[in-house]
Amino acid sequence: MDWAAIGIVALRVVLVFVLLLSATVINVWAERKVVADMQSRLGPMRAGPWGILQTVADGLKLFFKESITPRKVELGMFLLAPFLAVIPAFLIFMMVPFGAPFTIGGEEVILQGADLNIGLLFILAMSSMAVYAVVLAGWSSGSKYPLLGGIRATAQAISYEAAMGLAMVAVVMYTATQGDGGTLSLTEIVARQEGTWLGFVPRWNVFPQIVAFVIFMMAIVAETNRAPFDLVEAEQEIVGGYHTEYSGMRFAMFFLAEYVNIFSMSAIAATLFLGGWHGPTFESSVPAFVSAVLPTVWFILKTYVIVFVFFWLRATLPRLRYDQLMTLGWKRLIPAALTWIMVSAVAMGVRQFGLPWVGS
Amino acid sequence: MGALTEFLKGLRVTGATMVRTITGREMVTTEYPHEKREKPQRFHGRHVLNRYPDGMEKCIGCELCAGACPARCIYVRGADNDPEHPVSPGERYGYVYEINMLRCIFCGLCVEACPTEAITMTQLFEMSTTNREDGIFTRKELLMDREGNVPHMFPDDPLIDPGELATADGWVRATAPSGVAAYEGVKMWRDTAGPASWDPEPTQEERDARSEQPND
Repeated sequence: MDWAAIGIVALRVVLVFVLLLSATVINVWAERKVVADMQSRLGPMRAGPWGILQTVADGLKLFFKESITPRKVELGMFLLAPFLAVIPAFLIFMMVPFGAPFTIGGEEVILQGADLNIGLLFILAMSSMAVYAVVLAGWSSGSKYPLLGGIRATAQAISYEAAMGLAMVAVVMYTATQGDGGTLSLTEIVARQEGTWLGFVPRWNVFPQIVAFVIFMMAIVAETNRAPFDLVEAEQEIVGGYHTEYSGMRFAMFFLAEYVNIFSMSAIAATLFLGGWHGPTFESSVPAFVSAVLPTVWFILKTYVIVFVFFWLRATLPRLRYDQLMTLGWKRLIPAALTWIMVSAVAMGVRQFGLPWVGS
Repeated sequence: MGALTEFLKGLRVTGATMVRTITGREMVTTEYPHEKREKPQRFHGRHVLNRYPDGMEKCIGCELCAGACPARCIYVRGADNDPEHPVSPGERYGYVYEINMLRCIFCGLCVEACPTEAITMTQLFEMSTTNREDGIFTRKELLMDREGNVPHMFPDDPLIDPGELATADGWVRATAPSGVAAYEGVKMWRDTAGPASWDPEPTQEERDARSEQPND
């Protein structure tokens, strides 16, 4: 491996990092604006034009505030938890291809942190890792509300992780029928969604896998601890949940992790179901530079459509009760996902091998 | 399926509200110091001690306002007028006049009690101070000058609207004539809030004519 290749890899990682951080800055502001609009309010207006620098102001404030360490905390875990929250959040996005690969100076550059052949498994693993942060933060705080939040997080994450994984299974199964053998690599999954049906319907997984898409959306909302599944933080019941005892930069890291997770999970939903960066590039009619950038634009647009759904849900739905959450997870989503896997497996089998009673 | 339709209904409510807000058809927020909502005509704001158009103070130092005040926040001491240079048309005038704005409940009973309409309320409500002594308004703060302008607490603030001090509470009607013949038939008060643009006081002949009729 020569230096140029290493440099490109480093650049890709930095690019992902910058993309996520700037997306977070915009997302925090955008969420407040969208929710404000849905409640006929103005939202932040003071920091910069239309309050667009609000996140920067908040971040600076948190940066300069004291990070209090309460007396009863389990210090090691307490200090570790914020990092455990942030690192998986960033690693998840590393798997997502956010633009078409292009060639520069003879080297092909993929716009992706890393193209693992087990991308989807890695995503599942990392989103489970993120739960450790919440649980450990809750437990190590040595205080009852964080502990309650942490316990809720455990149960919630296990329940919805299962539904999320099963929804992914359906997609992986479907993807396997679209090309040569099965794959867990997100690059390959995106590649197999290229083109159109009947000339105008894009070959996105969302159309044949609509049920999996709905289940996946519900699961990622729960997985990122967002309203209406924000029992983990539930301000009205348990103060701030797991981050009650955190302040200053340590709190800011949890906050950052939450918004990075929203963006990453939306990006994954866009990648798995909405065709990733595929979209019209108008190669013949626009300059080459524009058509090279367009896939990234499509990708970000699709991601933001899903991020907007997150905001929309938050502005609309009240928080679920704990037993309702469990009922929805175990009695509705998981059976639905299993049934859907069966149904789509049968449908794919019939398409590939014909009906069993009709001799081949 | 019932839950699903309810869910979609909820999404429609927030979505429609968002569209209305973005297109500017609905907005509950006003950006307060820059943009002030119109106040009700009968808004009870801070007090003003009025003068007659000839410059005489209306207050006669009778202390009825202090007696009416349920919060006991008004302190008045009257003094005899110097016959050569009278301050008010009557025998006495308000030599000391203080209202403790920190105690005042803005009920307006002082305004009702006042026999000469000397004390009225304006629509100004922004009078926060950083120390308690500034909350006690004296003649210096309350009394309008001879041109009818009322001193503002924060004259340098770019966000203030001095017009609020000239906008009196809507139900206050100045009644007392000045007693100066030159003002007969002349409108003797400033136009106040809302519809309050009254005709001048009737002349003496008109009064006499009216008093011969049975009571109206």
